[in-house]
Amino acid sequence: MAKELLKGNHAFAEAAIRAGVEAFYGYPITPSTEFLEYMARRLPSLGRAFVQAESEVAAINMVYGAACTGKRVMTASSSPGISLMMEGISYIAGTEVPAVVVNVMRGGPGLGNIAPSQGDYYQMIKGGGHGDYFPIVLAPASVQEAVDYIGLAFDLADKYRAIVHVIVDGNMGQMMEPAELPPMREISETAPDWAVRGAKGREPNILTSIYIDPVDEEVTNLRLLKRWKEIEKNEVIYKEYELDDAEILVIGFGTSGRVASSAVREARENGIKAGLLRPITLAPFPTQRLLELTDQVKRILVVEMNSGMMLDDVMKIVKGKVPVEFYGRMGGVTPLPDEVFDEIRRVSQNTGPGAEDPRDEWIPRLEKIIAGDK
Amino acid sequence: MVATTEVIHQRPESFTDVHTHYCPGCTHGTAHRLVAEVIDEMGLREQTIGVAPVGCSVFAYRYFKMDFVEAAHGRAPAMATGIKRVLPKSTVFTYQGDGDLASIGMAEIMHAAGRGENITVIFINNAIYGMTGGQMAPTTLAGMKTTSSPFGRDVEMAGYPLRMAEILSTLDGAGYVVRRSLHDAANIRKAKKAIRLAFETQQRELGFSMVELLSSCPTNWKLSPQDALDFVAEQMTPVFPLGDYKVNPALESLKV
Repeated sequence: MAKELLKGNHAFAEAAIRAGVEAFYGYPITPSTEFLEYMARRLPSLGRAFVQAESEVAAINMVYGAACTGKRVMTASSSPGISLMMEGISYIAGTEVPAVVVNVMRGGPGLGNIAPSQGDYYQMIKGGGHGDYFPIVLAPASVQEAVDYIGLAFDLADKYRAIVHVIVDGNMGQMMEPAELPPMREISETAPDWAVRGAKGREPNILTSIYIDPVDEEVTNLRLLKRWKEIEKNEVIYKEYELDDAEILVIGFGTSGRVASSAVREARENGIKAGLLRPITLAPFPTQRLLELTDQVKRILVVEMNSGMMLDDVMKIVKGKVPVEFYGRMGGVTPLPDEVFDEIRRVSQNTGPGAEDPRDEWIPRLEKIIAGDK
Repeated sequence: MVATTEVIHQRPESFTDVHTHYCPGCTHGTAHRLVAEVIDEMGLREQTIGVAPVGCSVFAYRYFKMDFVEAAHGRAPAMATGIKRVLPKSTVFTYQGDGDLASIGMAEIMHAAGRGENITVIFINNAIYGMTGGQMAPTTLAGMKTTSSPFGRDVEMAGYPLRMAEILSTLDGAGYVVRRSLHDAANIRKAKKAIRLAFETQQRELGFSMVELLSSCPTNWKLSPQDALDFVAEQMTPVFPLGDYKVNPALESLKV
């Protein structure tokens, strides 16, 4: 199929349809609304389910219900809406049913704004809802990549009976760029053996997240943990760029990773041996690859559109073996390639030991930039 | 002469063979049984998916022999919507208490009814939070003592009980909304007929159906089982009048 010029949210929705999503339940919120609008137009003509729910709370619980039937189901929202969905997300995880949630992230906390942000890293990667569970989190960096990985998100959800988050930001939801859509997949008519579709000729299936005996809950927690260990072993995905002889390792995901790749290209043109590691799966994180690179590079620069959330995960893996520095923009500000290039150049000239918390050195630099910006 | 046994009474096929966890004198068991009998009589067991609530009937799925899911508190109508929309030929019902349906789940029940979801809701109104030990519910009567209204529900401070059947009956999406009571045999028979009509509403795709059942909670009301049933008859029915609040005309000629 040929490439088409597609708006991010529309392309993600169509990718989900072609991956066999049979139901979409959602609630309007900027900057993800076009996702819902696209589904409202497209799903009924395919004989698939669409409901504009009364709230994100209801939407995710509709997703929960449909997930229990073993049919492919999803929702899409943006940061404050995702906060509301955390109840249902925890229940979905606890009941071990597959579902895909797309978060088109925006600035926060609170009402924040509608500009692109990566401030939901902790909420998405570390769980967000209550209890012991481990979501799979994919962080594509372009419309094409999101289109490609939304199909994978459904496959992973089914394979592990798990919740899979696809996190993008307002940039990717709103931008138009060329992308090639996958072919339409056949929808399987076979119900998974655990699904509720009516107990015809079999014993009833009960799907619940309640384990009133703590030991039963512990056994469930352990099952989820062991499943997560399998996921960590099998499902890590990342992209790398100019890493072969890199001395400066730049790490970024999604939009900040994409901006960083431009900055790395500029650095190379200026003779700086920089390279980029861009995790696609933020959970499971490409820990092994980062460990290998820690033995190779002299310094690490983490670039994010938040206050340094992935930074904490990087620091935990690097364990002080290499100085780690940080450059972040927050509140819905997207860094420009030149800003990140300036950072790479600065980092390449810095031979200091690096701060215990790289944010301490970053805060005064950011304050200067904000003062200059305004 | 050959001895023959005529079975005149037995467990519904839609029931599992276990004892319930409900307190002595609680009417949940009666309500469960009526639902199971109706599902048996309509031959729906193998196509039914039940949605259990949070509250005393959180374990309802243990007692019904059919596919079941367990919702978060108040979200059963949303979960039922999610299921029914992808399995429109199945029969989907929720079983909810008053805290679940009329407090934390108010948005979900209103909008499920407003959308005319073809689901059936069995609403147990016993005017109290049972599972958490007897707190004030949105249906608690004025002046009624609970652990969170220890001096009696003061309507100046805590407002008035909500009449869900009346509220939901105003919505165009509702096909069948009635209130019945479980306080004596005659009313139990009427309740069963209403449950039958509610499921008939769903089978005929006439929209949202709900049967509100006035129920007793001897444990948290601190009354004997019989006194609790008398309380339903004498104190609750004046505040929650029994009756048909919305009946789709297509159901009126139906004999059950």
